[in-house]
Amino acid sequence: MSHLLDRLNFFQSKELEQFSDGWGQVTRENRDWEDVYRNRWRHDKVVRSTHGVNCTGSCSWKIYVKSGIVTWETQQTDYPRTRAGIPNHEPRGCARGASYSWYLYSANRVKNPLIRGKMMRAWRSLRKTLTPIQAWTKLQNDPILRASYVESRGMGGFVRADWDEATEIIAAANAYTAKTYGPDRVFGFSPIPAMSMVSYAAGSRYLSLMGGTCMSFYDWYCDLPPASPQTWGEQTDVPESADWYNAGFLLLWGSNVPQTRTPDAHFYTEVRYRGTKSAVICPDYSEAAKFGDIWLAPQQGTDAALAMAMGHVILREYHLDRQAPYFEDYARKYTDMPMLVVLDEQDGKLVPGRMLRADDFKGDLGEKNNPDWKTVAFDEVTGNVVVPNGSIGFRWGEEGKWNLEERAKKKDVKLRLSHILEDDFDEIVGVDFPFFGGQATENFVKCDHPDVLTRNVTVKKVKLADGRDVLVATVFDLFCANYGLDRGLGGKWASKDFAEDLPYTPAWAEKITGVSADKIIAVAREFAGNAEKTEGKSMVILGAGLNHWYHMDMNYRGIINMLVMCGCVGKEGGGWAHYVGQEKLRPQTGWQPLAFALDWNRPPRHMNSTSAWYAHSDQWRYETLSAGEILSPTAPKGDWDISLIDYNIQAERMGWLPSAPQLKTNPLEVAKAAKESGKPIPEYVAEQLKSGDLEMSCEDPDAPENWPRNLFVWRSNLLGSSGKGHEYFLKHLLGTQHGVLGKDLGEEGRVKPTEAKWHDEAPKGKLDLLVTIDFRMSTTCVYSDIVLPTASWYEKDDLNTSDMHPFIHPLQAAVDPAYESKSDWEIFKAIAKKFSEVAPEILGVETDIVQLPLLHDTPGELAQPHVKDWKKDECDLIPGKTAPNYVAVERDYPNLYKKFTSIGPLLEKLGNGGKGINWNTEVEVQHLRDLNGVVTDEGISKGQPKLNTAIEAAEMILMLAPETNGEVAVKAWHELEKPTGRQHAHLAEGAHHTKIRFRDVAAQPRKIISSPTWSGIESEEVCYNAGYTNVHELIPWRTLTGRQQLYQDHLWMRAFGEGFVSYRPPVDLKTITQAVNSDEGQPHVVLNFITPHQKWGIHSTYSDNLMMLTLNRGGPVVWMSEIDAKKAGLVDNDWIEAYNTNGALTARVVVSQRIKEGSLFMYHAQEKIVNTPGSEKTGHRGGIHNSVTRAILKPTHMIGGYAQLSYGFNYYGTVGSNRDEFVIVRKMKNVDWMDTPVSEATTKVEAGT
Amino acid sequence: MHNFIFGIYPYIAITVMIFGSIARYETAPFTWKTSSSQLLRRKQLVVGSVLFHIGVLTIFVGHFVGLLTPIQVFDALGISHGAKQMMAIVAGGIAGVMALIGGGMLLQRRMSDPRIRATSSFADIAILMLLLAQLVVGMGTILVSLQHLDGYEMTKFMSWAQMILTFRSGAAGQIADVAIVFKLHIFLGLTIFLVFPFTRLVHMLSAPVRYVTSRPGYQIMRSRRDKSRGKSPHTPAE
Repeated sequence: MSHLLDRLNFFQSKELEQFSDGWGQVTRENRDWEDVYRNRWRHDKVVRSTHGVNCTGSCSWKIYVKSGIVTWETQQTDYPRTRAGIPNHEPRGCARGASYSWYLYSANRVKNPLIRGKMMRAWRSLRKTLTPIQAWTKLQNDPILRASYVESRGMGGFVRADWDEATEIIAAANAYTAKTYGPDRVFGFSPIPAMSMVSYAAGSRYLSLMGGTCMSFYDWYCDLPPASPQTWGEQTDVPESADWYNAGFLLLWGSNVPQTRTPDAHFYTEVRYRGTKSAVICPDYSEAAKFGDIWLAPQQGTDAALAMAMGHVILREYHLDRQAPYFEDYARKYTDMPMLVVLDEQDGKLVPGRMLRADDFKGDLGEKNNPDWKTVAFDEVTGNVVVPNGSIGFRWGEEGKWNLEERAKKKDVKLRLSHILEDDFDEIVGVDFPFFGGQATENFVKCDHPDVLTRNVTVKKVKLADGRDVLVATVFDLFCANYGLDRGLGGKWASKDFAEDLPYTPAWAEKITGVSADKIIAVAREFAGNAEKTEGKSMVILGAGLNHWYHMDMNYRGIINMLVMCGCVGKEGGGWAHYVGQEKLRPQTGWQPLAFALDWNRPPRHMNSTSAWYAHSDQWRYETLSAGEILSPTAPKGDWDISLIDYNIQAERMGWLPSAPQLKTNPLEVAKAAKESGKPIPEYVAEQLKSGDLEMSCEDPDAPENWPRNLFVWRSNLLGSSGKGHEYFLKHLLGTQHGVLGKDLGEEGRVKPTEAKWHDEAPKGKLDLLVTIDFRMSTTCVYSDIVLPTASWYEKDDLNTSDMHPFIHPLQAAVDPAYESKSDWEIFKAIAKKFSEVAPEILGVETDIVQLPLLHDTPGELAQPHVKDWKKDECDLIPGKTAPNYVAVERDYPNLYKKFTSIGPLLEKLGNGGKGINWNTEVEVQHLRDLNGVVTDEGISKGQPKLNTAIEAAEMILMLAPETNGEVAVKAWHELEKPTGRQHAHLAEGAHHTKIRFRDVAAQPRKIISSPTWSGIESEEVCYNAGYTNVHELIPWRTLTGRQQLYQDHLWMRAFGEGFVSYRPPVDLKTITQAVNSDEGQPHVVLNFITPHQKWGIHSTYSDNLMMLTLNRGGPVVWMSEIDAKKAGLVDNDWIEAYNTNGALTARVVVSQRIKEGSLFMYHAQEKIVNTPGSEKTGHRGGIHNSVTRAILKPTHMIGGYAQLSYGFNYYGTVGSNRDEFVIVRKMKNVDWMDTPVSEATTKVEAGT
Repeated sequence: MHNFIFGIYPYIAITVMIFGSIARYETAPFTWKTSSSQLLRRKQLVVGSVLFHIGVLTIFVGHFVGLLTPIQVFDALGISHGAKQMMAIVAGGIAGVMALIGGGMLLQRRMSDPRIRATSSFADIAILMLLLAQLVVGMGTILVSLQHLDGYEMTKFMSWAQMILTFRSGAAGQIADVAIVFKLHIFLGLTIFLVFPFTRLVHMLSAPVRYVTSRPGYQIMRSRRDKSRGKSPHTPAE
């Protein structure tokens, strides 16, 4: 009743009840105080949501709300159970997710729309007399006004604005840009839609309706493993984490599961209790290392050598000395190993050439349809050359034979793997293979073996249609020769002895990697031995540690080869588990129409970001790596030694890679001119390109007409996290203070590109407008012109999936968006609305021309069996065949908002689909009319289903996707049955009547339905596993041979020495120049700069979160070995500076035994906005991890129009590798926090005006 | 004015102290604490705090006994006023120096350590300064007292205090002619009473003195909240 009165108990007995012989007492105090603690955890409601960008954990969370405020979150535990015998999925979650609610009410939350003050002042004064479009035009045409805000990017000075004004500026800028330069100058960057599909779709839908460019992320992040599309024609498909539990042997290779796949790590622990053995391969003693039964620590960057040595052992013991029946059978059915390769004569020597095709033979071996895309092999039974089912030629233009049945021309066949058996060969010849081990820089072990190794191979003679007699070998025979295995054919560069130091033996690998040969042999044996006993249940979990190297393909293919040799791919508990930034947008085909406005117009504009940023942040102007350095000594004759950007330009004009911008002339104007000329658009554009009157933008990235003008960044921290070459972004794209320490090719007097036009004066400040949409004030926000406050992940409705588990579950608004924030969907809706109001001043219904590359999973992937460049007059320019396609698309600018908020008519007209199949979806659109309601307003959208809210958008995804609508799944499988000629619909029949709605996933995560979009299935018998349907349903891989493609026969692949896998040491980027390393007197070390994924953040998210900062050192840190620290005179927690010609960064050093000598770890994406002092080297605030990196392109990633080597958005293309970089590290003399404002004067000087 | 400060103000101060403390105890029990900054920095605290507390407590007890013990008791015990005064000067002087040194250390620590400074409330700093000021003034009274060692002045204060406490009128008149430094000392003392409930001083009401007399059990159980179900979980139901 009263605390005081309760204590006035003088007349009561003081004697307390006792127990345990008086050691315990029972008090009689008032216990009301306990209610305080009860109330602390009392709440008003719990709402299901999750964390929506760039964490593929995809954990469902309970969000607690109390008095209208989100108070905390805990893990959901209601995932649908797994089948008997496998542990359940929950608990899922980690410390990072559990700290998210801190953001909602933190000081770092973006609370209002913010505009750079200088821009706002100019805008307001112009707007007094001018319309929005006029005002923006004037602002852009006045160099002083434009420079005033451009040059102050990143230096503070934001003022509060309201939504109306902010959206008006954006709309005016977009409209002006579309009218003046072309809509494709409006860029948008947002990553991993799977994590919040509707939020991604909001921006991309707006851009796609306008004709803007959607930028890719997966390749740019360098998380895309190009080896996957090269081998399987598949972006990335991996087993769910529960499938780890089925593995018999788990190899963790460069993946730190407990740290970076925290919610899934329990399966790893659990499977070890089941008795599964595990080997961990990583240079540092990582959190994963302690899980291993054995830990191998190779020198960083030498993984391919290790993988090839293991492959050497496996081939020797399981394929050559003894043929494990399971492995042999698998190789015959599911790999290209039996296919035939022509041996080309080159300077009197033989090198592996193209794969033999049906059209090489007289009468095309009876194949009328696509004989040039049908690979051939010898049939063991008849001894004849046959055209087995399944190659990509069967995929397009005919039905029923695109499958992996062991048949050819409706007859059973058994393909011959090798000609060595039964002596069924005509000759033994020496074949040349390139060897790159001698190219290693001083920091890696250099081999003294020659750069060309000749190995003996058994061959057959074959007569071709053109009368030539050629020598052919099977892929398998060449493959074994490449691994340096002596098969009794003699030769200097093949061995029977593991202890011989000869490329690809374990003894050789020991020298390169530092891992002892006996350990390599032991792990290889156990890996293969387990796979043989369990029929493929050996799995490799691999990740960024391998994939971020320039020659990542070699690391990956080395490992993939091991898996394929042992028949592990497509087997439950086995296979390739690549987990880096991977996404599985499970309802992808339902999402695409929403995201790219395919319901209104097709095709959208997609761009591969790596090539775009390489060009537009002018990193190409500093390129130190020449193609000559990475060319194969066995390259076919050709003009190969050109600049990397020149390769990219060739790739763009041959239709291999996309472009952004596309044409130097505004496409709206080109369309008008085409109309006037009376010619069809493709024909007109082709003529103009040939005559040179029309130029492609890629040829002159620095011309003002070709600059990206507007950039939207949402759900992303492009500048603070993924922006390789951060300082180049600041210097050229943004035009502000930067820390680039090197000089460009012109200043250095080096060889310049021949195809890319060189401007002596590099542009600074290409962007007119940078808009960032975020809930927190990230590094990118700090550099933006306009920052829009978005709803946090607990304040919006959305959908979330992952490839780590088979469930779909939502984000939901537990509370309304705080302050003035809005969800991404509402933000882009508001921009669209404003655009439709503002744009009609200069834009009406226009015709746009979209340049479309030759796409994977379309007939275009058969466009170029041979490399021919129209510009070099090697062929005619035929759009869609020898060049990109040019497609007219109508843009109804005044009605953009109406289109945004309704589902358009094209779905009913053209259907829906993906990955090469298409189905009628009229029923689903009708269901959406019933569910979402119908637009009743007059105009173009009348009668169409509504699309006003994020939940309506989510329903569109769920309704259209086979994964969430059983009826669609059955339809989709039936469509796939046409090309394969086999029954597949049984995989989804049971779920025919399942339709998942938003409210369903709000109640509980739901398991998705098996769909032909993916290569695994959802069932009660097996876990989701990549390649499962290829192996068990005999659906071909989407590659040239229809099988797992271990030999890459494209001309460029052969030229760059990657026909077969090999070990390629890290490349020399030459960024430690004499000029930059000028303070020799001071103790310093030069170290390999490694940027793994961190423990206290998901990329940059959480790296500014007080709770996470409190758990580590609270600011930027790098990790260094004790030996290197000693050399540089450093002790733990010293402030250091790391730099090279790309720029400099500041951080504190963690000196640790777990780091290998020679490398410097900087866990990637620690925000620049937290505790980052000034750099002594640049004089500006110390950079981020990407201040010392630069993106470098690889020509083999540019190949297109060639089966699996064809472009797909986030699917194939150049990737932004960054691990071959070296930095100088030294102690900082004084730590300057730069707490004073930047003066106007310095701003001007630094921006170079 | 004199009458107000020494005749009425004491009642105001004591009333506010009593009722203010009760109100705080009832309404904001979680603020009833020492607000120790020991977690932030241990250094300087132990020595400073121990010196300060011993000094202040000694002085407090000295004042309590000295002022409120009826004069007759001293007379009966045969302690002359002079001797009593001398005792007060010596004991109070030593304790005062201890408290001053200790308090000075605490204040210096509180003001100079940025973390402690940042977590200090206005009341935390003000009460420490007030106590130190009072100590200084109190020490100042010794100088005056040394000029008349007969102890007569002291009896005035005893009378005053006892009259106030026994609600007799004319208390203020008892000390009308004492030196100004004594008046200041009394005024500050009363002010400390006045602000008592609003500061961390309340912790003295909850000093765990019972630990001295009774041994708490090694395992303390709380009795059931629901009284109707029996006194404790260990009592079997009837």
